Amino acid sequence: MLKAHEGAEVDIIDRLPTPFGLVRSGVAPDHPETKIVINQFSRVAHNERCSFFGNVSLGSSISLSELRQFYHVVVLAYGAESDRALGIPGEDLNGVHSAREFVWWYNGHPDFSNLAPDLKSTDTAIVLGQGNVALDVARILLKPPTELAITDIASHALAALKESSIRKVYLVGRRGPVQAACTAKELREILAIKDLYVNIKETDLLKTSADEEEMKTNRIRRRVFELLSKASSSSASRPSPGQRELHFTFFQKPEKFLESNDQSGHIGGVNFEKTILKGSASSGNQIAAGTGEYEDLECGLVLKSIGYKSVPVDGLPFDHSKGVVPNIRGRVLSSSRFAQPEGGLYVCGWLKRGPTGIIGTNLYDAEETVASISDDIEKRERISTSTKQGREGLLQLLESRKIQVITFSDWEKIDSEEKRRGSLIRKPREKLTTWKDLLEVATR
Amino acid sequence: MFKFSRLGARAAFKGLLSKAPPTIRSNKSYYTIFQNDCVKPSSCKLFSTTATEISLGENEETKKISVTFFNADGEQEIKVPVGMSMLEAAHENDIELEGACEGSLACSTCHVIVMDVEQYNKLEDPTDEENDMLDLAFGLTETSRLGCQVIAKPELDGLRLALPAATRNFAVDGYKPKPH
Repeated sequence: MLKAHEGAEVDIIDRLPTPFGLVRSGVAPDHPETKIVINQFSRVAHNERCSFFGNVSLGSSISLSELRQFYHVVVLAYGAESDRALGIPGEDLNGVHSAREFVWWYNGHPDFSNLAPDLKSTDTAIVLGQGNVALDVARILLKPPTELAITDIASHALAALKESSIRKVYLVGRRGPVQAACTAKELREILAIKDLYVNIKETDLLKTSADEEEMKTNRIRRRVFELLSKASSSSASRPSPGQRELHFTFFQKPEKFLESNDQSGHIGGVNFEKTILKGSASSGNQIAAGTGEYEDLECGLVLKSIGYKSVPVDGLPFDHSKGVVPNIRGRVLSSSRFAQPEGGLYVCGWLKRGPTGIIGTNLYDAEETVASISDDIEKRERISTSTKQGREGLLQLLESRKIQVITFSDWEKIDSEEKRRGSLIRKPREKLTTWKDLLEVATR
Repeated sequence: MFKFSRLGARAAFKGLLSKAPPTIRSNKSYYTIFQNDCVKPSSCKLFSTTATEISLGENEETKKISVTFFNADGEQEIKVPVGMSMLEAAHENDIELEGACEGSLACSTCHVIVMDVEQYNKLEDPTDEENDMLDLAFGLTETSRLGCQVIAKPELDGLRLALPAATRNFAVDGYKPKPH
């Protein structure tokens, strides 16, 4: 945006006092290279025409209509902060968490530092889903804590993992290995964990012609399938005593969560229905259909990793079935029957496309949205040409509401403090994980 | 992510990932050291200076090859010292090639398409790690590589690289990238 328009001033508003979104709170602690993109983000924030305002929440600190009064263009890029629900019995038992909460917990997100997942009353965890987030949480549960101790993992999570009794993790998918949503790098990584017993049933690896069709034009699927096949054929027939175990379980759909017999109100296992794939690659994806055969798998922890979901906001059109803001190339469409593009309102990222893709996917997404904005500016369509108060108006309003705005240099105080604390214990940073600490350091 | 502030990007890049001794620019010098990179401490002396470029270390290999980048706006020919990666070369010449992970094989934003198959074949095969990232690249073709992994060597003189955005708009010299 700054590059496309020489005179443009861009303000970034975030609910958290820390910037960078999922790069800080979603990327796993043992993936520091993925976080390098923060350098590029910081350069943007340092641009003199750009400002970051943290601790400002859309909806409670300021409304969307107020923002639209102050700014010519408002772009909603707040991603997906909620989860898809399974909607099956027992989902609210203790010990059943969404993977998103678990990830935010070990990454020190201030909303989840008190999650306190129970990792001590069981040796088995079931992860529902086989995407990269599922692999992340499985890896964090199975990796030796000493290896995690030199990452930026939140200290409360490291402490809990050091005392964890979990030794067996199941990654369960409704469909087969050809449909597994993870990618090669992450799969390679988890399969390489030292002294890990990996179990993949050979029968699950049998491919149908529909499977072959799916893989023919999909390089990612082919390489993932190859990795799974190799892992299956090269693993021992059984684990050695005390060895950590990773099981890839396919063709199982969760039917209900079962309460533990020993701990009332706590998860004791999951009841699954075996599935079979229906449909062909040409008609779209193959889908999992139930077979009427059921089996139980015992566990003391469940992490649901079946996808994120966006949260609607007052004044913003929202498509509840797709979980995105209705739009055409980033221009938000009104909710009226005739779905006209709204003036000056745009959307970008997961809120626009749905919660899939990697960091880099958003690059093209942003290009598209900015192209729409530039087009509208040039054609003088949908964007007001009257003078607007912008930053000045925003800050005045926030001050009158006694909102403590955190600037980018305030964040840099948090950044330095975290790095300083980390340097004392051989970590790249020791994250501040409570709102109180974050705001206290930022406003020193 | 925004494609500007190249100044910062170059400074941060710092020749860490090329095998040639780094050329230090006069301004900002963040020298971020990543775990496994190839600059040996003994061959890398840091100077801070307000003057123009200084080439560090003695080397007889200041031989350069010609590389032409094709993007949506046209083409640009640059000279790349042997041992430098295409990503670093692009940044030094203000060519818009993203490098979000700064060459650590953790993204696919420096994806380039080698326009001539014979040149593609002169490159060393991609490692598993590079292939894992190529899996995710937009507009992947049979001659796609990551710019940070293509290192200049004499046999590549005359190398022609297309940025994926270019191939969205036109077929260069009749070359049509096939989706992989």
